[in-house]
Amino acid sequence: MSVFIIRRLMQAILVVWIMSLLVYVGVHIVGDPVDMLINPEADQAEIARVIRDLGLDRPLHEQYWYFLKNALQGDLGNSFIFNEPALKLVVQRIPATFELALAALGLAVVIGIPLGVYAGLKPDSKISQTIMASSILGFSLPTFWVGLMLIMFFSVMMGWLPSFGRGDTETIFGVEFSFLTWDGLTHLFLPALNLSLFKLSLVIRLARAGTREVVHQEYIKFARAKGLSQNRIIFVHLMKNIMIPVVTVLGLEFGGLIAFSVVTETVFSWPGMGKLIIDALHNLDRPLVVAYLMVIVVLFVFINLVVDVLYSILDPRVRLRDLKG
Amino acid sequence: MSDTTNEEKMDLAPIETPFKRIWADFCQNKIALAALIVLLIIVCIALFAPWIAPTNPYDLASVSILDGKLPPGSESLSGVTYVLGTDGAGRGLLSSIFYGLRISLGVGVMSALVALVFGAIMGLAAAYYGGRVDTIIMRIVDIQLSFPAILVALILLAALGKGVDKIIIALVIVQWAYYARTVRASALVERSKEYVEAATCLALSDRRILLRHLLPNCLPPLIVIGTVQTAHAISLEATLSFLGVGLPITEPSLGLLISNGFEYMMSGKYWISFFPGIALLVTIVSINLVGDQLRDVLNPRLQK
Amino acid sequence: MTDTPILDVQGLETHFFTKDGVAKAIDGVNFTVRKGEIMGLVGESGSGKSVTGFSILGLVDPPGKVVGGKVLFKGEDLLQADDKRMQELRGARISMIFQDPMMTLNPVLRVDTQMIETIQAHEKVDKQTAWQRSRDALAQVGIPSPEERMRAYPHQFSGGMRQRVAIAIALLNKPDLIIADEPTTALDVTIQGQILYETQKLCRETGTAMIWVTHDLAVVAGLADSISVMYAGRVVEQGNINDVLDNPVHPYTLGLLGSVPGHNTRGQRLYQVPGMAPSLFKLPKGCAFQPRCGYATEACQQDQTVTEPVPGRAVRCCHPQVEVSS
Repeated sequence: MSVFIIRRLMQAILVVWIMSLLVYVGVHIVGDPVDMLINPEADQAEIARVIRDLGLDRPLHEQYWYFLKNALQGDLGNSFIFNEPALKLVVQRIPATFELALAALGLAVVIGIPLGVYAGLKPDSKISQTIMASSILGFSLPTFWVGLMLIMFFSVMMGWLPSFGRGDTETIFGVEFSFLTWDGLTHLFLPALNLSLFKLSLVIRLARAGTREVVHQEYIKFARAKGLSQNRIIFVHLMKNIMIPVVTVLGLEFGGLIAFSVVTETVFSWPGMGKLIIDALHNLDRPLVVAYLMVIVVLFVFINLVVDVLYSILDPRVRLRDLKG
Repeated sequence: MSDTTNEEKMDLAPIETPFKRIWADFCQNKIALAALIVLLIIVCIALFAPWIAPTNPYDLASVSILDGKLPPGSESLSGVTYVLGTDGAGRGLLSSIFYGLRISLGVGVMSALVALVFGAIMGLAAAYYGGRVDTIIMRIVDIQLSFPAILVALILLAALGKGVDKIIIALVIVQWAYYARTVRASALVERSKEYVEAATCLALSDRRILLRHLLPNCLPPLIVIGTVQTAHAISLEATLSFLGVGLPITEPSLGLLISNGFEYMMSGKYWISFFPGIALLVTIVSINLVGDQLRDVLNPRLQK
Repeated sequence: MTDTPILDVQGLETHFFTKDGVAKAIDGVNFTVRKGEIMGLVGESGSGKSVTGFSILGLVDPPGKVVGGKVLFKGEDLLQADDKRMQELRGARISMIFQDPMMTLNPVLRVDTQMIETIQAHEKVDKQTAWQRSRDALAQVGIPSPEERMRAYPHQFSGGMRQRVAIAIALLNKPDLIIADEPTTALDVTIQGQILYETQKLCRETGTAMIWVTHDLAVVAGLADSISVMYAGRVVEQGNINDVLDNPVHPYTLGLLGSVPGHNTRGQRLYQVPGMAPSLFKLPKGCAFQPRCGYATEACQQDQTVTEPVPGRAVRCCHPQVEVSS
C-alpha cells in the first residue's frame, strides 16, 4: 500500500513540475515577459528596475530556477490590482469555491438519486421518460446559459432568490461560510443548482442504470421472498448497491466541479477562485493568473491523488494491477 | 476505396453498400432523423447567413442605436420588423444569431477536424509503433485527460490571448487526446488481426499499412467521437467567449451574443440572452442526438 | 387435521405476455402438499416448474401473470390475498430457497444484516434476540464458528456455504412450507449430498413441508415422499415417489427414467427422449408430448383428462403404460 502511495506521490510531483514549466513557458515565451509581469502603467525606470530584479536579463533556465525557488517558498509575486501576495489572494478564495462545489455535489446526489431510482423502477411511466429526457437536455445545456436563465426566472421575474454574491456569512475557524445563515443559503441555492446540473444528469443516468441492473438481480427477488417491505428493499438492498458506482464517479468528478465553478462563479458573481481568475484575466493581473494556475494544478493533482488512493483502498484489484504495471 | 467496390462486384449476391445500410439503420430512429434534418437546416443557415438574414447586423449604416433593446416582434423607426427583437446596439437578434451560428459552427467544426486529424495520427502512431512512442503519447493523453477540458482551455487562453486562431488552437489541444485514445484502442484491436500481419509480410510501407489498412477500420468510432466532440467544442467555445477569454468582440459567436445580453437581463430584457441560447441549445442537442444514433448504428456489437 | 393439506394448488395458470405472443408457462397445474411432506417437482428446463414456485409466492415478474386457479395455503387462497398479506406470509410461513447461491445474497450487506432483517420483518423482537436466533440458525445448517461468520460478507463464503446461509434464512421463521428451486444444481456433488441430507433432516425435525423443484430425478429419489412430473406447463404424472420411480406410467416419465444412467444399464446406450421440448408459444394440439411420444395415436390430438390408471396415481395420458412396466 505504501509503495503504491509513494509511487503516486512521485507521479503527482512530476505532474506539478511539468505544469509549472508549462505555465512558466506560457507566460514567458508565448507572451512578452516584461509585458506579462510588469504593471503596464509603470514608467521606463521602473521597468528597467523590475527587469533587473526579476532577472529577466538572465538566460531562461536561470530565470526558471529563480521562479521555481520563489514558488517553493510560496512567493508567486504580488497582484497588480490588490497589491498583495497573489498566492494569498487565491488561497483566500478556496473556501468559497469548495462550498459551492460541495453544495452542487450534494444537490446532484439528493435530487439525482431519487429521480434515477424512480426512473429505473418504472422505466415505462411518463414521469420516468420525462426525467430521462431532461437528463439528456442537462448534458447538452451550456452551463452559463442555464445560469442566466435561472437568474432571469428566479431573481428577475419571480424575485424569489438573490442572483449574486454570497450573502451573509458565518465565520468558523477564520473561514467564512454561506450555508450557515438563511441569507447565505438563499444566495447559495441558485449557483449550486446551476453548477450541479451536469452532474445531476450524470447521477440520474448512473442511478437509473444501476437500478435497472439491480432490480433484476436474484438477491432482490430473494429479499422479496423473505417478506421484506418494499421500502426496506429499495432503501437498503437496492440503494446500497447503486451507491458504490455513483459515489465513485462523483469522487472522480469533484475536480471537474471545481474547474467548472469558473463559469458559475462568473454568472452569479460568487467570490471564489473562478471569479478571481476571470477578473484577473480581464484586468491583465498576470501574477494573479500565474498564482491561480499553480494553485489549481496543485489542487487538481492532489484531488486525483486522493481519489486514486481511496479507490485503491475500495478496490484491491486496482492496487495490484498498478503495482504490476 | 476502389478496393471495396471491386470486392463487392465479385460477390454474386447483390449486397448493400455500407453507406446504404448505415443510412437505413439511421432512419429507424425518427428522433435522430428529425435531429439530422434540424442540423442540416442549421448548417444551411450558417453557410448562407449573409443571404438569408433579414438585416445585416454588422452593417453600421443600417444599424441604429435608437432601435436598441426592442422586444421581439416590434417594428423599428425605419420600419423593419424584428421578429426576435434587437440587442443593446440595435442589431436584429435573428440576423445576429444567423451570423453567430456561422462563427460558432465554424470554430467548432474547424477545431474538431484539426483535433481529429492530429489525434488520429498520434493514436495510430502509438498503436502501430508501440513501445516508447506509445508510452510517451499515452502518458501525455492520460495527464491531460485528468484535467477538465475547461481548465486546460483556460490555462492555454491565459497564455495565448484572444482570437479565432488562438481559440481553435486551444480547442484542438483540449480535444486531440480523446481522438488519440479512441484511435489507439481500435487500432490496437485491428493491429493484432491477421490482415495486418499479411500486409506486413508483403513488406508494405508503414505509411501504407497505417493509412490504407488500419485507419479505415478505426473510422467508425472516430466518426462517433467526432460528432460528440464537435458539440463539446461549440459548447466550450461559447462558454469561453462568455467568460471573455475566447473570441474577440469582432467575432460575435453565440456565446458572445448571450454574454452581451447579460447586462440587460436584470431589467427584464430576457430576449437578448434567451434566443441565442436557444439556438446554441438546439444546435448542441441535435448534434448529440445524431451522434447517439451514429454510435448505435456503427457499433458492430449492437448489429443483429 | 393431518388430512388437510398445507398447500393445495388447483388449476394454476401462469402466462407470460410477451411481444411474440402469450406463453402458457403453467397451464392448469394441480397438486397438494401435506404437513412434513417433501414433494419433488420434476421437469426439463422450460417445463414451468420454477414458475410454479414463484406463482405460489406471488413473485412472478412481468410480463408473467397468474391468470387462473387457486393456491390454497392452509385453506386460504393466496391468489386472492392482498400485497400486505402476502408480505406477511413470505419468509415467515412460506419461504423460498433459490437456485444460484452466488446470486441470492446481497453482496453489499453483511450476513447478519440479511438474517436479522428477515426476523424483524415478521416479528417484533429486539436486535439481540434476532441476532441470537440467526446465529443458532447458522449453526443448525452446519456453518462452523457461526458467531464470526455472522459478520462476514457473502463473498467471503464458498458456494456451498452461501447456500447453507440461504437455507438458514429460509428456516429462520420456522415456516410451514419451503419452496426450494433447484437449490443444489449449482453446487459440487459432494456438497449437494450434504445439503440434501441436512435439509431432509431439518424438515423431518420441524415438520416443515417442502416443494423441491429440480430436473434431477436422482436427487428426488433419495429425498422426496411424492413426485409431480411436469411437461410444458402441465403435471403429467404424480404419485408416491417409490411407486412412480419403480413403475412409471406416463410415456414422458418413462423416457425421463430411461435417460438416467444406472448400474444395470451399464454398457448399453442410454435412452434419449426424441425431439426437443416444444416452444411455449406453439404448443402442439392436445397432449403437448404427443410429437415426441412413441405411443401417440389420433386420440392424443384431443385434450387429455387426468385419470387414475393405478391406485394413488394421477396421470394425464390416454395411453398409460401400465402393462409395459409391470
